[in-house]
Amino acid sequence: MEFLAWLVLAPAGAFLVAALLLFIVDAIWPGDTANSVLATITAAGGIVSLGISAVLLMGGVASDGIVLFDGQLIVDDMSLFFTVIFGSVTALVAIASIDYIEELPNQPEYYLLIVLAATGMALMASANSLAIAFVAIELASLPSYALVAYLKRNRGSVEAALKYFLIGALSSSILIYGISLIYASTGSLRFSDVATAVGPAATEYPGVLGVGIIMIVGGLAFKTASVPFHFWAPEAYEGAPAPVAAFLSSASKAAGFVIAFRIFTLAFPIEAVFASIDWVLLFQVLAVVTMTLGNFAAATQENVKRMLAYSSIGHAGYVLIGLAALTGIGDGSTVLGAGMLHLLVYGFMNTGAFLFVALVEHWELGRTFSDYNGLAREAPIACVAMTIFMFSLAGLPVGGGFLSKYYLFAGAVGAGVWWLALVGAINSVISLFYYSRVVKAMWIEEPTRPLEIDRYPTGIYAALIIAAVMTVLLLPGLAIVDMTAFDAAAALL
Amino acid sequence: MYIEALLLLCLLGAAIVFVSPNRLAPKLAFWISLLPLALSVYLFTIFDGQGNALLGGDIAFETIHDWLAFGPYQINYHVGLDGISLPLIILTTILITLAIMSAWTPINERQSQFYGLLLFLEASLIGVFVALDFILWFIFWEAVLVPMYFLIGIWGGPRRKYAAIKFFVYTNLASLIMFIGFLAIVFGLGDAVTSFGLPEITTALRAGELGALGPLGPEMLAFVGFIALFFGFAVKVPVVPLHTWLPDAHVEAPTPASVILAGVLLKMGTYALLRFNFTMLPEQAIALAIPIGLIAVISIIYGALLALAQQDLKRIVAYSSVSSMGYVILGLIAYTIYGVGGATFQMIAHGLISGLLFMTVGVFYNATHTRMVGDMAGLASKMPVTAAVFVAGAFAYMGLPLMAGFAAELFIFIGAFESTVLPGAAGFTAIAMFGIVVVAGYLLWAMQRSLFGSFRLETDYDIGEAPIHDIAPLLVLVGLIIYLGVAPDVFFEMIRDATIPMLEGTTGGDV
Repeated sequence: MEFLAWLVLAPAGAFLVAALLLFIVDAIWPGDTANSVLATITAAGGIVSLGISAVLLMGGVASDGIVLFDGQLIVDDMSLFFTVIFGSVTALVAIASIDYIEELPNQPEYYLLIVLAATGMALMASANSLAIAFVAIELASLPSYALVAYLKRNRGSVEAALKYFLIGALSSSILIYGISLIYASTGSLRFSDVATAVGPAATEYPGVLGVGIIMIVGGLAFKTASVPFHFWAPEAYEGAPAPVAAFLSSASKAAGFVIAFRIFTLAFPIEAVFASIDWVLLFQVLAVVTMTLGNFAAATQENVKRMLAYSSIGHAGYVLIGLAALTGIGDGSTVLGAGMLHLLVYGFMNTGAFLFVALVEHWELGRTFSDYNGLAREAPIACVAMTIFMFSLAGLPVGGGFLSKYYLFAGAVGAGVWWLALVGAINSVISLFYYSRVVKAMWIEEPTRPLEIDRYPTGIYAALIIAAVMTVLLLPGLAIVDMTAFDAAAALL
Repeated sequence: MYIEALLLLCLLGAAIVFVSPNRLAPKLAFWISLLPLALSVYLFTIFDGQGNALLGGDIAFETIHDWLAFGPYQINYHVGLDGISLPLIILTTILITLAIMSAWTPINERQSQFYGLLLFLEASLIGVFVALDFILWFIFWEAVLVPMYFLIGIWGGPRRKYAAIKFFVYTNLASLIMFIGFLAIVFGLGDAVTSFGLPEITTALRAGELGALGPLGPEMLAFVGFIALFFGFAVKVPVVPLHTWLPDAHVEAPTPASVILAGVLLKMGTYALLRFNFTMLPEQAIALAIPIGLIAVISIIYGALLALAQQDLKRIVAYSSVSSMGYVILGLIAYTIYGVGGATFQMIAHGLISGLLFMTVGVFYNATHTRMVGDMAGLASKMPVTAAVFVAGAFAYMGLPLMAGFAAELFIFIGAFESTVLPGAAGFTAIAMFGIVVVAGYLLWAMQRSLFGSFRLETDYDIGEAPIHDIAPLLVLVGLIIYLGVAPDVFFEMIRDATIPMLEGTTGGDV
């Protein structure tokens, strides 16, 4: 392979190299490698991947899309953009894990699983055929199941992992069955070939193709934690170690969306498959149901981690607007790009929010809203960071989440589906209610019992502060990445 | 450059106060707040803008920079001032400084956070009035909610948590609906606009460039957009029946927050109505003149009657704000020079007067720890200066000649009476004037019961005159109210200059 091909594969390769390094380190000094060394290797993998992706993006190296391995993989601005998200989330999670798993066994395996999952996600972002997409999804999923079960002495963790695994296995089988139906009706697995064959197939075998597409939607709904395969998320996030929950809800969700964006815009252009199935309408329904279900369920929770889990489902609903608003009215690349931007900002604000939960778990203060009462007196800096995450998630202008969420709503209006924006708006108001409960507990309520905080873990604090600063900077700084996202989206359409 | 300096002074000041020790924060915040105040007054003296910022006027202190992109639309950092926004900036900087002084007595915990939030609030409020790009404006508009939420939630009264979340959720919902409505209009303009710049959008709308968006035709789109915008801003104003968050927020908020809430936050709503609904979509406004006029007079009368029924002095002032904001709407829908100009002038006048009344109630409360009218008879004998100020404020509210309230209401009534776009203008004006009688009634009654008669509040401490730092802001406000009443032209001239372009094509522009 030529140099350029190696270069553009480097972002995914960085994760793989980090994984191999961890293997080697653990093989040479089994069991007694310092936790911080392992975390550093993991974080370095994320940062190198992020850095290379950013440089390639800025250089415009892959703007036209570089097709590799006979069309099985593609590296373009879209895949690099998402690799930036995976890299930053991986690095943040690794830094925070230093303190979180300090006392726990099997540390090398923990970090190894994280980078392997990240490798799978980076491949998901580059998949250019249904076969590679499936393999990449499995590569990302299998380590995730194990990660959720990492607290293996904890019943909740194991139970969550089992549920996650069973639903994951089910959705994988649905996905691969859907892929087989697509292959049956189009005779191809590469996105570009599927796209050429799908037009005739839509009139010739509308049923087979339609069922195939619906099954692929179902399989991807699992990865993005959206309806109808969302119900694993609250249990898995609650049972998993909080940094793992951060990793899954931010990076894994983004990975699911990058595949969905690519498959539906490239392989199943709506004009061609319209005769068989109107997936735009399907995503409109899913977006409305997902965001409404996620937000209403989140509003009724008493446990902060579960609230975040349901709110993460709600955010999947917002991002689904990116596909649901491809109505052909207005400029579709705008709303799709807005979905990408939201996932980028979400990578920081949601990861940060879960890492704050990790911090509180580390202090062993409890998990409900009332356990957070008065926390701002003891830990003002962490609480400022958490306030930024909560308000940014709620769409208040303290962070980039404000712009990206309003971009999505504006995109929906521009596509003529103003009712979708209205549903989103109502959901956003509900989300303001439950996010502000966290803020209220931290700043307004009196502590219900004496808070005993004697240690301020540097790793988690560092990750929190980085995430908070990035969230805030992405408000004015969205200007740096916005055109990249819109151009990358335009390249797909 | 100047506007950036103004915003930066507030933001940096907020940051400094946040990290300063509680002991130093009150004085430090006061001195810091003098800087934006001085700068805004300096801007007033060198103001060289002409016409309306959205309608091709010369924008003063304008800055425009490329910032974000939203697909094909450019989002700029675009700020500037005209004759409408500059008086509101000065109102903001003055009230923040005075609110900081009025907080010295009642706020005695977590001071650095309190004063830091006040300065952050100042930055957001100034941003709302200077922004000339929709997204930038919307950022500031929403940013205002954050400090206000904490100010009410942390330092408020017994039901503060409920009031804070109600304020938060209620106004956020309104903003979202307004956002969707406005964006629909922008997208309906199609290729006629390439940015979210308010002047560009206004020009295109006034030139009749609005096209269809999806199933909605141009006229329907303009109508729906107008309603969505009006709803969004009416909650902030607030008008009856969308006012229910206001009494809760006001009663629970600490005095300094009430001052800013009534003095400036409500003006955001009327300012936005003026800028968006009445400047961008005059045709729709005129088509809806009767319902809007009805909303205005209902707010005036119903707000006043609600005030009449209250026992809590703060609630009285809060409901009277609903009434006063009704005058602003009436002036706006009149579409005459005196109507629109008077409405803008009323924003300033009401900002000063309601600020004064809330501060006075706060001073009474500091001394007596009650706000119930029935509990505090005869206060004039114990606190003569504060009582005199309260009387002055009440008279200003009622529109005593040579005070700011008189000028504002006179302008509005003249303007509304002369209106050619509001059918039955004389009738609307007459009903609105009747509102004055009710105002006079409730204020005189409340005053008589709380200030005069024999003192009978039983406390285990002596009630005396308030300390000088509580009295000083009151006297400054009284001075300003009289000054604006004697010489309304200080502001009215630039307001008129900025509002006349709005009237082109609506009334012939000569009334």
